[in-house]
Amino acid sequence: MEGVGVGEFGSILLMQGFNGLSVFSVLVLMALGLAIIFGQMGVINMAHGEFLTIGAYTTFVLSHLTTTYLPSAQPYYFLVAIIVAFVLGGLVGYAVEYLLIRHLYKRPLDSLLATWGLSLVMQQMFRSTFGAKEVSATLPDWLLGSWQPSGTVDIPLNGLFVMVITLLLTCLVALFMYRSRSGLRMRATTQNRVMAGAVGINTAQVDRMTFALGCGIAGVAGAAFTTIGSTGPTSGSLYIVDAFLTVVFGGAQSLLGTLASAFSIAQANSTLEFFITGSSAKVITLLAIIVILMIRPQGLFSSKVRK
Amino acid sequence: MSSNFNKDRRTLSAGLIAFAVAAAIGTPSFAAAPATKTINTTGLKITDTEVYVGQLHSATGTMAISETGSIQAEQLAIEQINKAGGILGRQIRIIQEDGASDWPTFAEKARKLLVNDKVAAVFGCWTSASRKAVLPVFEKENGLLYYPTFYEGLEQSKNVFYTGQEATQQIIAGLDWIAKTKGAKSFYLVGSDYIWPRTSNKIARKHIENVLKGKVVGEEYYPLGHTQFGSLINKIKLKKPDVIYSIVVGGSNVAWWKQLKAAGLTAEKQTILTISVTEDEVLGIGGENMVGHYSAMKYFQSLDNPNNKAFVAAFKAKYGKDAVIGDVTQAAYLGPWLWKMAVEKAGSFDVDKVVAASPELEFKAAPEGYVKIHPNHHLWSKLRIGQWDKSGQAKVLYESGLIVPDPFPKGYQ
Repeated sequence: MEGVGVGEFGSILLMQGFNGLSVFSVLVLMALGLAIIFGQMGVINMAHGEFLTIGAYTTFVLSHLTTTYLPSAQPYYFLVAIIVAFVLGGLVGYAVEYLLIRHLYKRPLDSLLATWGLSLVMQQMFRSTFGAKEVSATLPDWLLGSWQPSGTVDIPLNGLFVMVITLLLTCLVALFMYRSRSGLRMRATTQNRVMAGAVGINTAQVDRMTFALGCGIAGVAGAAFTTIGSTGPTSGSLYIVDAFLTVVFGGAQSLLGTLASAFSIAQANSTLEFFITGSSAKVITLLAIIVILMIRPQGLFSSKVRK
Repeated sequence: MSSNFNKDRRTLSAGLIAFAVAAAIGTPSFAAAPATKTINTTGLKITDTEVYVGQLHSATGTMAISETGSIQAEQLAIEQINKAGGILGRQIRIIQEDGASDWPTFAEKARKLLVNDKVAAVFGCWTSASRKAVLPVFEKENGLLYYPTFYEGLEQSKNVFYTGQEATQQIIAGLDWIAKTKGAKSFYLVGSDYIWPRTSNKIARKHIENVLKGKVVGEEYYPLGHTQFGSLINKIKLKKPDVIYSIVVGGSNVAWWKQLKAAGLTAEKQTILTISVTEDEVLGIGGENMVGHYSAMKYFQSLDNPNNKAFVAAFKAKYGKDAVIGDVTQAAYLGPWLWKMAVEKAGSFDVDKVVAASPELEFKAAPEGYVKIHPNHHLWSKLRIGQWDKSGQAKVLYESGLIVPDPFPKGYQ
């Protein structure tokens, strides 16, 4: 490490620490929607990545519209894009649940196949609508570049932004699940569907709302990821494996588990990547996850559920 | 069998009668184009007015992002050739097949084009994996493939013409330039984890260590589809290389450049040279993230010569004013033209004769300037260094002389 002073080494450690947190928030953001759908409803939604893509393309379209028709609003369009992405993702999710998913609740393997088919259909729809090539939303200036608290430290602004979104969204979801009537109904349905129905909860309606909520959150994640990643017909599929990994490793029914698992995967991966190469870091992380899941098949955290 | 034979004999005699009648009447149009049976002795799908060719790219699936430009460029070239009278008096008709980003599908469609459709030539493939999948089919059925992508080299086939650059053409001149103009001594090699980046970096490393007497301070590969580059960027900051040499591809490429910019590694602070970013990739990455960085390619859309101006104008007229043209798109455009020249020189569509006529053919109207076919089926071409601006176009800073293609470079393996 010749030519690197102590102060500078400290800065790199600091930036590396931030990087671990940043990967953590990306994992949480991509897994949150899935944790709700897979965790609460048990539906393996292979099309989750495509709901992320909906959010990404929403951002692209809004960016295009504002730069063309309303250039003065360009610095702020991103905040609108996040809300629109949530609404659009939620609406499409609602429709998909109504048309497809609800017929397959008792057949989890079929729902896996059906949603995988759905993901292919959606990818081709993106391709036919927006073209096969990747596009890029013009980001507002306040999202570009880095914040420099000192000469040698660069904190990526887009990483900070994703972190803030993740924090807000996680708090909102936690509040919704544990402090609202709808959240209560959702948890009741998960814990005992028959009983929940017996006390007058419209479980079919709850399922639809849960699925829509999960997809809406995926839309927000997709919009946020345009700051750090690509926007193309298959961009969403880049995240799907990591998202499932996070949810399964954390224990499907637990929000806290998802957070814990995202944190451990992110820290392990980002530290390993720093000391060894990228490909081997991935291999070691995956091996560790497999071993831990062999010992604890239910994941890190699990809540008792009456089947 | 016997009924087939009878049918063949019938068509044959019908043809003879027609020919005799035509000769007796003395139709002038008949004399203009050479008779089909003289220019096609191997049963290819050629009539007196038409010749069929295949187009085999991914129009769907993950690779559609990259292959769309090639599909468009080949169709543009064929349309222009047809407007100018076709080849040996025959209009080119395209049979388009979709490889769907799936390598076995490529092999299956290649067989369909060669065995069932009997096409005279195929323009297609993009990834090395798809080319490797169709190669045995083309060699067994004696087909003819024009392959447009710059690639890792280490291949040469009688049945394939490579219109993009092989690795040494793209790498060596670029490294020489950056070492000379930036006084670069230390390099950090980064790539996606598959054959092309690994082979290319192997060549780059040999050149840096043995010829430039520089140092490789890091060489790293990340899985295709990797989206988090923060740790790597910190590692690079620790090693402080003079140059980052980047061969990251796909959606990963977009994440890599966006995160470099966000980590403060702008062109003022860090020199980056890449061989995996063309105008097509910049669309996805965003010009604001590429400002000031360098690409080494044989072609840039901004090339200032009359051939290229005409090509860009024709491309935009056909595909819209916002269309961009990357290196591979231009290389794909060369395919039909090189084939036309070879067929006309051979005076035949027979694959063996076209292959024999190809070496040393010169194409002076190429948008990239001038190319010549080497006996090893690759092209002599130049290398350019482009510097990206905010609009997603590159300013050409450097142009090498014509570089001999050398798919099996000695001392670099």
